[in-house]
Amino acid sequence: MTASPEKADPEPKELEELEIRLLVEAVHAQYGYDFAGYVPSTLTRRIREAAHAEGLPTITSLTNRVLHDPVAFERLLANLLMQVTSMFRNPAFFAAFRSKVVPFLQTFPFVRIWVAGCSTGEELYSLAILLEEEDLMRRSRIYATDMSQAALKQAATGIMPLDRMKSYTNNYQAAGGTRSFSDYYTARYGHARMNASLTTNVFFAAHNLATDSSFNVFHVVMCRNVLIYFDRLLQDRAIGIFGDSLMRHGVLALGEAESLRFSKHANDFEALDSRRRIYRKVS
Amino acid sequence: MDGKLIVIGGSSGGFTAARRLLGDLPTDLAAAVVVVLHVHPNVESEGLAIALGSRCSLPVVAAEDKEPLLAGKVIVASPDYHLLIEPGRVVLSTDTAVAYARPSLDVCFESAADAYAERTLGVVLSGFGRDGAAGMAAIKRRSGYAIVQDPATAAAGEMPRSVCELTTVDEVLPLDEIAPRLVTLCGHEPGGLTLDPKKEMERGMS
Repeated sequence: MTASPEKADPEPKELEELEIRLLVEAVHAQYGYDFAGYVPSTLTRRIREAAHAEGLPTITSLTNRVLHDPVAFERLLANLLMQVTSMFRNPAFFAAFRSKVVPFLQTFPFVRIWVAGCSTGEELYSLAILLEEEDLMRRSRIYATDMSQAALKQAATGIMPLDRMKSYTNNYQAAGGTRSFSDYYTARYGHARMNASLTTNVFFAAHNLATDSSFNVFHVVMCRNVLIYFDRLLQDRAIGIFGDSLMRHGVLALGEAESLRFSKHANDFEALDSRRRIYRKVS
Repeated sequence: MDGKLIVIGGSSGGFTAARRLLGDLPTDLAAAVVVVLHVHPNVESEGLAIALGSRCSLPVVAAEDKEPLLAGKVIVASPDYHLLIEPGRVVLSTDTAVAYARPSLDVCFESAADAYAERTLGVVLSGFGRDGAAGMAAIKRRSGYAIVQDPATAAAGEMPRSVCELTTVDEVLPLDEIAPRLVTLCGHEPGGLTLDPKKEMERGMS
């Protein structure tokens, strides 16, 4: 993200809002991605940056370009979906997951977990490492989904920037890691690659929370820092899908500053650890 | 919410300055308040809010996604998220850091300018770097009000100074004059206290 470029006369607000509406509609009609339910401010910011990155003066000229150039659309899509997370982000969450969710999972012969909105895989690999250390990996199946094919491809490679490994090591340790973080990756050609064994039981698939439905039933749904980009209606849609996708007493894990507080589905869940945003389906 | 919004930002020395400023605000302040500080990503957001609000008589809470903006309530940006302002609420993002900062003052202030325009009051306190300069410029372009802590007496003057270099600020004030100025500009909420601070501080399951 960059600071917005200096403008002498800011574009009238209503005009910009119209241009964004038209772009969203065009993208939906032409490419099938529906951004209508996304939070306006973050969407606006990303669209402005995309236009700026393309060297275009208006959002309408960006719409013109992406409609006629699918490769330009892929660039826009990458911009609209891009977010930057870390392995073991908010280590206290993973520590709480270890102490409060793992014992529940250990009572089952087979464990199914859905990582919804897995992006480039940081949450996924963190979870895989945790399950491995708790001796749950061999009886677990993880479904990692995202609406971005590019992100899924990246996640499947397990490639992470080498310069982040030090902070990831700190996070891993704070999360209660029982081994050495360096056991889990190899460094070569200036990047780190997570061990392929971590994804032996992982299935990658495209899934769009705005348009798709529940596809299986899970013990755990992890969806951390994805709902922040969804406005109220879409957020409720997603949480409804998660509720439909959880077994009785199944666990929903959200990002550290997310909550079910403003959701119409709040009463379908009770808190296992409200501070760490770990909830359990009540029915 | 069609009231006023005060957005406060800082970096090095900004925590102490913000805590002092918040301590000087009255409970019936007729403005919502948002504080953005550069802190390490693994700092606990709740602990930060409690520490910041230790001398403040208004409720000071860690930002949750989609949290409502209310007059007389202080929302503190949670570490490792950007905080954006929309009419009546804050939203969070994990987009890339801006000049290594997440939360970024610029991201917050620019969105505040979009959402609240002339009803925005921006305050930049002590800090290193230039985060907040572009954001304050955006606030000024939308006819908002810009106050910076006097660089001469701030623990770190670079941040407030860079604001002055990029845009025309309305006032440069020593720290202890900022809160009284904000009160003069925003006024008091008619009918006194509008929020129950204890209820606002409650978090957890709905």
